[in-house]
Amino acid sequence: MQAIDFVAPTSVDEAISALAAGSGMARPLSGGTDLIAQLQEGRLTLDTVVDLKRIPELMAISISSDGLTLGASVSCHSINNNQAIRDAYPALIDSTHLIGGTQIQGRASLGGNLCNSSPAADSIPNLIAHSVTCHIAGPNGRRTVPVEEFCTAPGRNVLENGEFLVALEFPAPPANFGAAYLRFIPRNEMDIAVVGAGADVVLSDDGSTIQSARVSIGAVAPTPLFVQEAGDALAGEPVSEETLAKAADLARDAARPISDMRGTIPQRKHLSGVLTQRALRIAIDRARGTKTVDELGRLNGHG
Amino acid sequence: MASTKQNGTANLAANGQNGYKVIGTRPVRPDGVDKVTGRAVYAADVQMTGLLHGHVLRSPHAHARIRSIDTSKAEALPGVRAVVTAADLPVAEDKIEDLGEGAINLKYLSDNILAHEKALYHGHAVAGVAAVNPHIAEEAAALIEVDYEPLPPVMTVDDALADDAPILLETLRTDSMGEIGSEQTNLASFFRHQRGDLEAGFADAELVVDRTFRTETVHQGYIEPHAATALYSADGQITIWTSTQGSFAVRGQVCEILQIPVSRLKVVPTEIGGGFGGKINVYVEPVAVLLSQKAGHEPVKIVMSRADVLAATGPTSGSNIRVKIGVDSDGKISAALAELYYEAGAYPGSPVGAAANVSLAPYAIDNLQVDGYDIIVNRPRSAAYRAPGGTNVAFAVESVVDELAEELGMDPAEFRILNGAKENDRRPDGVQYARIGQIETVEAIKESDHYQSSLEGNYRGRGIASGYWNNWGGQSSATAVLNPDGTVNLNEASTDIGGTRASIAMQLAEAMEIDYEQVKARVVDTDTVSYNDVTGGSRTTFATGLAAYNLGQQLKKEMKRRLAEHWDVEPSEVSYEDGAFNAGDESLPFVEAAGLVQREEPLMASSTVHPQDFGPGFSTQCVDVEVDPETGKITILRYTIAQDVGKAIHPSYVEGQMQGGVAQGIGWAINEEYIYDDEGHLLNASLLDYRMPTALDLPMIETIMVEVPHPAHPYGVRGVGEVNIVPPAGAVANAVYQATGVRMDKLPISPANLLEAMWAKQAEEAAELVPGDD
Repeated sequence: MQAIDFVAPTSVDEAISALAAGSGMARPLSGGTDLIAQLQEGRLTLDTVVDLKRIPELMAISISSDGLTLGASVSCHSINNNQAIRDAYPALIDSTHLIGGTQIQGRASLGGNLCNSSPAADSIPNLIAHSVTCHIAGPNGRRTVPVEEFCTAPGRNVLENGEFLVALEFPAPPANFGAAYLRFIPRNEMDIAVVGAGADVVLSDDGSTIQSARVSIGAVAPTPLFVQEAGDALAGEPVSEETLAKAADLARDAARPISDMRGTIPQRKHLSGVLTQRALRIAIDRARGTKTVDELGRLNGHG
Repeated sequence: MASTKQNGTANLAANGQNGYKVIGTRPVRPDGVDKVTGRAVYAADVQMTGLLHGHVLRSPHAHARIRSIDTSKAEALPGVRAVVTAADLPVAEDKIEDLGEGAINLKYLSDNILAHEKALYHGHAVAGVAAVNPHIAEEAAALIEVDYEPLPPVMTVDDALADDAPILLETLRTDSMGEIGSEQTNLASFFRHQRGDLEAGFADAELVVDRTFRTETVHQGYIEPHAATALYSADGQITIWTSTQGSFAVRGQVCEILQIPVSRLKVVPTEIGGGFGGKINVYVEPVAVLLSQKAGHEPVKIVMSRADVLAATGPTSGSNIRVKIGVDSDGKISAALAELYYEAGAYPGSPVGAAANVSLAPYAIDNLQVDGYDIIVNRPRSAAYRAPGGTNVAFAVESVVDELAEELGMDPAEFRILNGAKENDRRPDGVQYARIGQIETVEAIKESDHYQSSLEGNYRGRGIASGYWNNWGGQSSATAVLNPDGTVNLNEASTDIGGTRASIAMQLAEAMEIDYEQVKARVVDTDTVSYNDVTGGSRTTFATGLAAYNLGQQLKKEMKRRLAEHWDVEPSEVSYEDGAFNAGDESLPFVEAAGLVQREEPLMASSTVHPQDFGPGFSTQCVDVEVDPETGKITILRYTIAQDVGKAIHPSYVEGQMQGGVAQGIGWAINEEYIYDDEGHLLNASLLDYRMPTALDLPMIETIMVEVPHPAHPYGVRGVGEVNIVPPAGAVANAVYQATGVRMDKLPISPANLLEAMWAKQAEEAAELVPGDD
């Protein structure tokens, strides 16, 4: 790894200038848990890294009855330790607990996980399930993009040269809302998802009917997939295993995985259905208030 | 002082299970404080003035002819001090040498250090660079231009033995039981062990099970990457600091590769972060020496990355195995056949020979045949891995044994007791057993709380398996210096991997009837004691411990002689009891005697040993698993290992060996494998994707130490380091069968492989339900 310049702007405008000055050989840095590994392994060559963690907007957590705005560089550890987030968005913790170990969580951010745009990223299906909006800044001003449209290919996304992610905006959870993220890995830690599945549901007041739902699966296509048809199929249906199985079938159909060292095509297709169904079950339990985040932690291999 | 050479015939205390003062206790290890405070010096921690940093350029191809190498651009880069290629190595002969790790062809050894005419695996070293910092060295390596002619890769047994298979080594001819073939081949050798009448044995059988199995390449997975620092001084003296299982094995290999006399090379062993057999072969050491010489006699350090470790060191063989066993109506094995095809990697030398010995070793069999094939493929040259070759073949044999027991309606433990090998039975190659503890280990499992407990729940199953390892004696040297304050410096050269400094010091303390704390054990360099074999073959606590025992006897005897002179009595009148020397009315505590006897002349002792009577080890293990039927993921619910340990010197370290072997065996069973693409590129050269178990993947592993003292060691010691890794894959496979009804015929039993096997079984059952529906 060769010497690189390090710039640490304190405002969004300064960051835009610093990235522009790098003319394509500059990249933003949040926790660096992907970027630094890529530089060390020679998978990426840069002149300059622009550290975003001294920009207040990128490190801010703003939560109210209108929803949650999460600075793109906020660490997973800060999210895990924020009781207001844990109370309002318990399913978000499914992802922030999974990304790395405790030390890595002190650095790693959801914004970084999203901008790294791995098809197997553990936060993205969860962000899609939560209907997140991405706030982007760049030389041409600001814009927003729904998170399900953010990734475009493995390691690629809608960010133009000089643009960076500023914040993630979560709508306020409606009444009887529940969500979950599950992944499958061969071990109980230290693995990249073979398949991941995020789901949310909004139930009727009596908890018997699914009013709306969203399903997203990861590691089964060049980008994390928003399986809109699976959520649509659930809307208005009674909560039952048959209903969930239908959504699982649609997720399985939507998956178009490859075989690689982490999983095979048949295995990934199959797991898309299994994890979708399991994630939906947990989301429903949470919407009904019958399952806590700590119980789910164990499901994801965090005893 | 004269040294003693002993063939392990002493039998002082083998019968005395009780009465030990030190043996059987669990004292703190001498290296413990430095290790837990981060002070211990491992190979990559070595620092010295003027240190240069080396980097090794590796082949991006699995199989390629090297047409030319142009190093000029690398040499021109500022900060680069030396570049070396195979052209800098002495021309190696096709000559067989035994360098303390079994016989090896020097040309192959040399070619593996830096590729000569061909690169034979993805990651094969091609050139080395030394520069003022590691970044420049890495950048310079990328400037070396190698002109490769890529050749089709040969990745498996089947590829290698195909009629039109590309040839890896053009001079290789098959050695078939000493007869050398005439054709080019990838089959390095073939052997056969046989006894009795195989055909008649199978004809007598009521039931025959005949199955084939496949296991994948796996790595030892030591946490410390290989690293070495070399200083080629201007006077021609060379020093290497490295992490190795055998400093003398490094000396032997490097001297042969570089054609220098052993007197010019001193090897200083650092602390070692695991080896498991993989830190016997040299890799970067000769390159560092060449670079140091070429860089103007400056020290050069090379630290391998994790990716390099996985791509170019270790691993152990993948294999194709056929096992056919017949039993008579009483359930006694009437005949057994095993065919073992082991992938040696790029050069001959898979552990198929050892695997043949392991194969049917736990059983008493009159009619058997074991065939072994050593086959080269475009993978890294295989290295020893804890009971080399044993886990593969035990997976196959124990699966077949389990199937036989099931078909017979017999408890699998009963089957193993009925057919268990005992004293005077023979190993597959004919070696006759002395007192062994195989049946005792099965009985220990059978009577364990674990085996007696009930296992309930869907997709849960219990499996057992047995295993054998021959162990080793080898040569050891040690000296002991008596200090005037009553302590003893114990200098030995056995790399301490599993707490051997403590367990060897304990044997000296026991022999001298002093406290463990009075012995200061340290591992010294190759200039300080005489030749010492590697820490491997489960030999160290046995053989170096024997040397320590001898040292204690010598020191005691000489102290008695000198005290007799002092007291003016016959030496035979001096006794030593409860830490004091006595003669008539005279009595002197050991500590005071240590000063008194050295007023006129210092006292030290040396001992060299080469015991031949090392006892083999057996282990039987029991595991409960739960399989997630929707994902194919195995959870290990409970695991118990029973192992014949001879006499446990330091029980915590014996238990540690047992648990460590099981942990590695479980990894081998359920997830570990080298994954290659079609061009022979290794895809998972990281600990993220080479999936060894983490602490979260294993339950507490329960240990049952079966102590059947080894008659040929004064304290009954048997090697305990290796046999524990032999049964796990078979045990897990048998448990998975009980959980799912699927008999896995390949390792690893990964979620993807198990899911596919379960689907295949469901499809088969569905087809049976609908006859005629094609």
